[in-house]
Amino acid sequence: MSGIGRWVAAGLVLLLGRLRRRPVLEPRERIVPPGTADRRAEWILVLLFVLAALSAAAFPVVYAVDAIPHQTQFLGLSLGLAFAFLAAASVLIGKRLIVTEELEEDYPPPEHPVEQEEIEQLVEESGDRFTRKRLIAISAGAAGAALGVAMITPAASLGPVFDVSPFFQTPWRRGRRLVDESGKPFRATDVFEETFYTAFPEGADREQLGAPLVVVRLSPGQLDLPDGRGGWAPGGILAYSKICTHAGCAVALYRKPLFPPTEPRPALVCPCHYSTFDPARGGKVLFGPAGRPLPQLPLAIDADGNLRAAGNFSGAIGPAWWGVRNRGAHS
Amino acid sequence: MIRRLVRFVDERSASAPLVKKTLRYLFPDHWTFLLGEVALYCFVILVATGTYLTFFFEPSIAHATYAGSVEQLRGLDVSRAYKSAVDISFKVKAGLLIRQTHHWAADVFVAAIILHLLRIFFTGAFRKPRDLTYYIGLTMLVLALLEGYLGYSMIDDLLSGMGLAIGYSVLMSVPFVGANLAALVWGGPFPGKQASESRLYVAHVLIFPVAIGALIGLHLLLVAARHHTQFRGRRKTQRKVVGVPAFPGQTPRSLGLALAVAAVLFLLGGLVQVNPIWLWGPYHIASGTNGAQPDWYLGWLIGALRLVPGFDWTIGRYTLVPNAFWGGVLFPGIVFMFLFLWPWAERRATGDRAFHNLLDRPRDRPWRTAIGAAMFAWVFLIFIAGAADRVYVLFGISYQAQIWVFRVVVWVVPIAALLLTKRLCDELRAREELQSRRSQAEHEAALASEPAA
Repeated sequence: MSGIGRWVAAGLVLLLGRLRRRPVLEPRERIVPPGTADRRAEWILVLLFVLAALSAAAFPVVYAVDAIPHQTQFLGLSLGLAFAFLAAASVLIGKRLIVTEELEEDYPPPEHPVEQEEIEQLVEESGDRFTRKRLIAISAGAAGAALGVAMITPAASLGPVFDVSPFFQTPWRRGRRLVDESGKPFRATDVFEETFYTAFPEGADREQLGAPLVVVRLSPGQLDLPDGRGGWAPGGILAYSKICTHAGCAVALYRKPLFPPTEPRPALVCPCHYSTFDPARGGKVLFGPAGRPLPQLPLAIDADGNLRAAGNFSGAIGPAWWGVRNRGAHS
Repeated sequence: MIRRLVRFVDERSASAPLVKKTLRYLFPDHWTFLLGEVALYCFVILVATGTYLTFFFEPSIAHATYAGSVEQLRGLDVSRAYKSAVDISFKVKAGLLIRQTHHWAADVFVAAIILHLLRIFFTGAFRKPRDLTYYIGLTMLVLALLEGYLGYSMIDDLLSGMGLAIGYSVLMSVPFVGANLAALVWGGPFPGKQASESRLYVAHVLIFPVAIGALIGLHLLLVAARHHTQFRGRRKTQRKVVGVPAFPGQTPRSLGLALAVAAVLFLLGGLVQVNPIWLWGPYHIASGTNGAQPDWYLGWLIGALRLVPGFDWTIGRYTLVPNAFWGGVLFPGIVFMFLFLWPWAERRATGDRAFHNLLDRPRDRPWRTAIGAAMFAWVFLIFIAGAADRVYVLFGISYQAQIWVFRVVVWVVPIAALLLTKRLCDELRAREELQSRRSQAEHEAALASEPAA
């Protein structure tokens, strides 16, 4: 065939192709099945949108006008109602204005054995050229592990990980005065029965677990302190760490009701889990989850009548940890 | 117009086939399938409101003297963190709304996750091929609990400080490495320096949210890849999923739910006071308050910490395992161990390694339902025990007596729940079988009598 003939044939094919374009007017097959219009629902929808718009528009108004009282409430109401109207609109659309189809389709097949095998083959064949697989795996593992350790090492800077000595430290030492919240020294004559006091070490940071004390006075006849604490409570004045040995909260309650039914003995109580300690018997646990007594601080009264520490606590203060010895607070 | 937009996107992303498939993705219909969605929408609101709060919150424990509009706090020594949180509540316009909405969203978030978990557990939706999805979900629950705790802990009000002290003690109680872990997290003994507050903050606003967000993505991806489960029903089989397509059918429903969640949370945030930190006051190590209660989702832990009798595990004068371990680590450890190991345990016990697209009705698996009910009763009672101090204040019932009762009840009631639930499931099934046999017999009788008539 000549060149011209080819051109003519090509032109004819193109022309016919153009003439035989797909008919435009043939209706498309629907994907979503048809439904009837619901004019009432449409009006309600418009109403809901208008209400949402009004509620939302109230927000900047309430925000801007300081004269409106209860701002938080009205702001919440405005935003909440706007969302609520929109939610209602959305539900209305779902229920009344679109066709709800219930379709079915196959769940994906449980597995794809062919592809699984191909992946396996792919991996295996890619490793064909390695002859010392074990050795390479071991050395690569060593590299990975060493790098892993190297990369988490900086995390050790987060704390003195291996040094737990700070956990034993308290600011108390022989001779340190007890002061109240305002820094005024406690005079022994200012400490009364039937109530309790919080004391701090003079001139030390108060925001450390070893600092706060709870101080109570009992009549000396009531005391039944453990051996070796004979002189720890001059005049019946007792001092204990204020930090509960269970979970570190402040022992902030003193149970000594003056009205019936009065409990058999006064007790120091932690409000977090209600560990209850007996101040008359060296902080012994009377009830609750604490596993060891409240550490006691030996007291002395100096020549001016002020309370001073006569040493450090009877045991480690605050919550316990693995291996903590129950005598061990140091300055 | 629609065509132009679709073409624009398709030409640039080649995504038309994927979009078409996504739009016609089928959602089997059951109201309990919406619980997970509620959690998802709460997360969205949490991120939105939380981002706003970061613009005003100052994660610093540097001292400041409060001089704002709250009468009872004026002149107090507070941290800048606490001061900025109070200022968000009273100085920043709409700040209190957003802060309370954020707090409510966290409470609802965890509640929705737990209800979702119960649904998944009792219908057996955790079985193959959705076990991985289930483990991811459980991990998100753990993260959500910690994230919530971090959030209210960093404000440095009285309750958050008490909660932190407890968290510190629980961490200290971990065998062998407790003190080292605590030193790592707090940079030394409680309450730590500025570094501890910075760590709380970055964990709450970055590490945990990103982790939860990533896991949500993975969770949804796996759900979509294997499709939803469904209850057995007409046409609904192991092989065929029957449901409403994502578009148009499901879209307005899901959107409606999302908007309703937003509505409820903002209404709560505006109208119902939550965590009024200006009433608690600032935290100092030496201060505490009676009747302290954490957010509801930590109630089970405070209950456990309070119920355990007072003993440390000691050798001589040395403490090995302090008491806080039992309620604070062992108890949640057992609960999550149970949840994580259950799919494996059930597979072993029943020998059922099959592929499951159909859900069980709880009664169809009496043992699973009974054991789940017992476990739930156990945790729930311990949760209730955490409120014994409020019961004492409200009704005057002796706190110590309540604790002793709970120490017994938390073991007895779960056993009773186990036996009762098993019995209930068996009877429900027996009755059903009886009914179906009767109706079958009646049907046959009707058929038999027909030719005679």
